[in-house]
Amino acid sequence: MQATSKIPTDVSYLEYKGKYKGLLSWILSTDHKRIALLYMYSMMVLFLVGVALGLAMKLELIAPGKTIMEANDYNAVFTVHGVIMIFMIVIPGLPAVFGNFMLPIMIGAKDVAFPKLNLLSWYVYIAGALLVIASLLFGPGTPDTGWTFYAPYSFKTGTNMLPAIFGAFVLGFSSILTGLNFIVTIHRLRAPGMKWTKMPLFPWTLYGTAWIQLLATPVVGITLVLVALERIFGIGVFDPALGGDPILYQHLFWIYSHPAVYVMILPAMGAISEIIPTFSQKHIFGYKAIIASTLAIAFVGYFVWGHHMFTSGMSGTAQYTFSILTFLVAIPSAIKVFNWISTMYKGSIRMETPFYWAASFIFIFMIGGLSGLVLGALSTNIYVHDTAFVVAHFHFIVFGGVGFSFFGAVHYWFPKLYGRMYEKSWANVGWLTFTIGFLALYSPMFYLGMQGMPRRYYDYLEEFHSANILSTLGSWVMTFGLVIILINLYRSSKNGKIASINPWDGKTLEWTVPSPPPVENFDEVPVYGEKDGPYEY
Amino acid sequence: MSQVIHHDAHYDPEGSKIGMWLFIFTELLLFGGLFIVYAVYRYLNPEAFEMAAEELNVTIGAVNTIILLVSSMTIAMSTTALQKKQKGTTVVLLEITFMLALIFLINKYFEWGIKFEHGIFPGSEYMTSELSQGEILFYGLYFVMTGLHALHIVVGMVIMGVALHRIQKGTVHPERASLLENAGLYWHLVDLIWIFLFPLFYLIS
Repeated sequence: MQATSKIPTDVSYLEYKGKYKGLLSWILSTDHKRIALLYMYSMMVLFLVGVALGLAMKLELIAPGKTIMEANDYNAVFTVHGVIMIFMIVIPGLPAVFGNFMLPIMIGAKDVAFPKLNLLSWYVYIAGALLVIASLLFGPGTPDTGWTFYAPYSFKTGTNMLPAIFGAFVLGFSSILTGLNFIVTIHRLRAPGMKWTKMPLFPWTLYGTAWIQLLATPVVGITLVLVALERIFGIGVFDPALGGDPILYQHLFWIYSHPAVYVMILPAMGAISEIIPTFSQKHIFGYKAIIASTLAIAFVGYFVWGHHMFTSGMSGTAQYTFSILTFLVAIPSAIKVFNWISTMYKGSIRMETPFYWAASFIFIFMIGGLSGLVLGALSTNIYVHDTAFVVAHFHFIVFGGVGFSFFGAVHYWFPKLYGRMYEKSWANVGWLTFTIGFLALYSPMFYLGMQGMPRRYYDYLEEFHSANILSTLGSWVMTFGLVIILINLYRSSKNGKIASINPWDGKTLEWTVPSPPPVENFDEVPVYGEKDGPYEY
Repeated sequence: MSQVIHHDAHYDPEGSKIGMWLFIFTELLLFGGLFIVYAVYRYLNPEAFEMAAEELNVTIGAVNTIILLVSSMTIAMSTTALQKKQKGTTVVLLEITFMLALIFLINKYFEWGIKFEHGIFPGSEYMTSELSQGEILFYGLYFVMTGLHALHIVVGMVIMGVALHRIQKGTVHPERASLLENAGLYWHLVDLIWIFLFPLFYLIS
C-alpha cells in the first residue's frame, strides 16, 4: 500500500511488474482487474466442465432408453451440471468478472474498497469449487439430489453430499464478500460529482445485486449447514421421522435461491443497458425508470419464492399471494425491455457483435420471461410443473439471459480487457451459430413439457423422440458456436488489432482510460461536472 | 461530497465501518434463518418446547448473559480508551473482554457436558427412544443455535487476539482504530444474539 505513489501510470495492468513474478503476480495481486481475469479464467474452465455434462445429458436423451449412461449416472450428471452452472458460473459470473473489472473504473475509482478482501473472495470461490469437485472424485458416489439439495433425500442418500453442500456454502460466502465489497465501493469511492443519479446503469444493477447477495445468501448458508448437520448428527429439523418438516427446507432454500435468480439477471440487464446506448449512440431512454425497476426487481424478488412450491403443499391464500407477486416482477422487467427498445428508436445503430448479443438477449429474455408467466399462474403451473417446460424456461432466462449478456459484455469490453480488438467476422459467425443452436436446443423443450415429458429422467416415451433429436442436434450446434467464440477471443487476445482508448465511442468512464488500463486506472481522479453524465451523446 | 477526500488515501475508517455493518446484516440473517425454524417448531410443539426448556439450567444461562453484557461494556470502554490515547488501559480492558469470553465458553462446555452425560445430544439412543418429537427438535435447535453462537464467540476471540497484537505492535492506534472498533461492533452482535437466545431457550414458559 505504501508503494502507491511509485506505481507508474503509463504501464498497463497486464504488463505491470509488481512485487511478484509469473503466476504469483496474478494469484497474489490485489488489483481488481487481475482478480477479474482470475475469476474469468477459473469460470471458463468450470463452464466447459458444465457444458460437457450438459452435452452428455443431451446425448443420453437422443433416443429413448439407455443410450450412454444408466439412470443413476444421469442423476449425478444433472446434479453436478446444476451445481457447477448455478453456484460457480451464473451467480458469480457478471459481478465477479465484469463487476470487478469495470465497477471501479466506471465510477472513477482506483480499486474496490477492500482490495485484499476481493482477492480473498476469489480464494474462497476456488475453495468452494474444489470442494464440489472433490465430491465427484472421492467418496461413496456422486451427489444425485439435483442442485436444490431437497430434504429429506439430501441427508438420506448414500452419495457424497457433504463436500457438495459445504462447497455451495463456501461459494455463497465468496458471493457475500464480493457483494459487501461492491456496496462499500459504490458508497465511498464514486468520483467527485458523480451523484447517485449520474452513476452508470451497470454499477447500479451491481448495487441492487450486491444487496441481494448480502441479505439472501446467509439464509441459504444456514439452511445448507442445517442439512449437513442433519446428515452428520441427525438434529431432526428437516427429518419427518424426528418431527422435522422437509417443506420448511424448501421454503428456506427458495428464500435465497429465488432472489439468486435476480443476482444472476440484474447485472446481465445492467450490461445490456450499457451496450445498447453505446451502439445506438443515444442517451439511454428512461434512465431513472431503469434504476427504479432494478431496485423494484431486487425488492419484490424476495417475496416470490413460494412459486417454486405450488405443488409442494401450501395454503390457497399463500398460493394466490405468491402467484400475484410473481406477476408483479414481470412489470419492472418489461419496463426495462421497453426502455432498451426506445433507446434504439431513432438512434444511429452500429451493427457490431456486442449489439447482436444484446438484441438477441432481448428476444430470448422475452421468451423466457413470458414462459415464466405460464409457470407463475397457478392453473398452468400444476400442468407443466416438473416437466421439460420448466427446464426450457429456466435455460432461456438463466442461460439465455446471463449467457447472452455475458458474451455481449465480453465482446463489448474485450478491447478494454486486452487492449486488442476481436476478429469481427468470426465473432459474428460464432454469435449466429450459438444463437441458432441455443434456440434449437431449448425451444423443443417447451413443446415436450407441454406434451408431458417430465424433467430429470434419463428415459422417455417413444412419442417424444423427434423433438428430443432436434434438441440434441441443437446442443451440438450451440457448442460448435461456443468453440468458435472462444477460439476467436483467445486468438484475438494474442494478435488482434491494437484497440484505441474508445473504439465504440462510449461515454462511460472506462472509455476515458487507456486500453488496457494502467494499474491504478486513472492518472488523476476524474471529476463529474454539472452537465456530465454517463450517456450524454 | 464527503467521498472526495478519500480518493488518494487507502485507509477509509468510514468505509470499513460500513463494511462491518453490512457484515453484521448478513450475520443477523444467518441467525434469522434459525429463528424462523425455531418459531415454526415452537408454534407446532408448544408443550414439548416448554417441557424441554425446564431441563436447561437457568442459572448458568443467566450468569453467561451477565458475563457477555459486561464484556460488551469492557470492549466499548477499551475503544474509548484508545480514542483517549490510553494504550495501557485499552490493552487491559481488551484482555478482560477476552477472559470473559473464555469464561463464557467454559460455562458452555460444562453445560453441554451435563446434557451429554444425561444422554441428551442429537442422534442419541435416549433422545430417539424416550423423548417426544417436539423435545428432539428443541434440543436439536438448542445445540445448533448455541453451538453456532459459541463458534461466533471463538471467532470474536480470534479477532480480539489480533487486535491486541496490533495495538501492542502499534499498527492500531488512535488515528487508525478501525480494527478495534469493528471488533467491538462484532462483539456487540455476538452479545445481542445471545440476548435473544437466552430467553428463547431458557426463560419462555
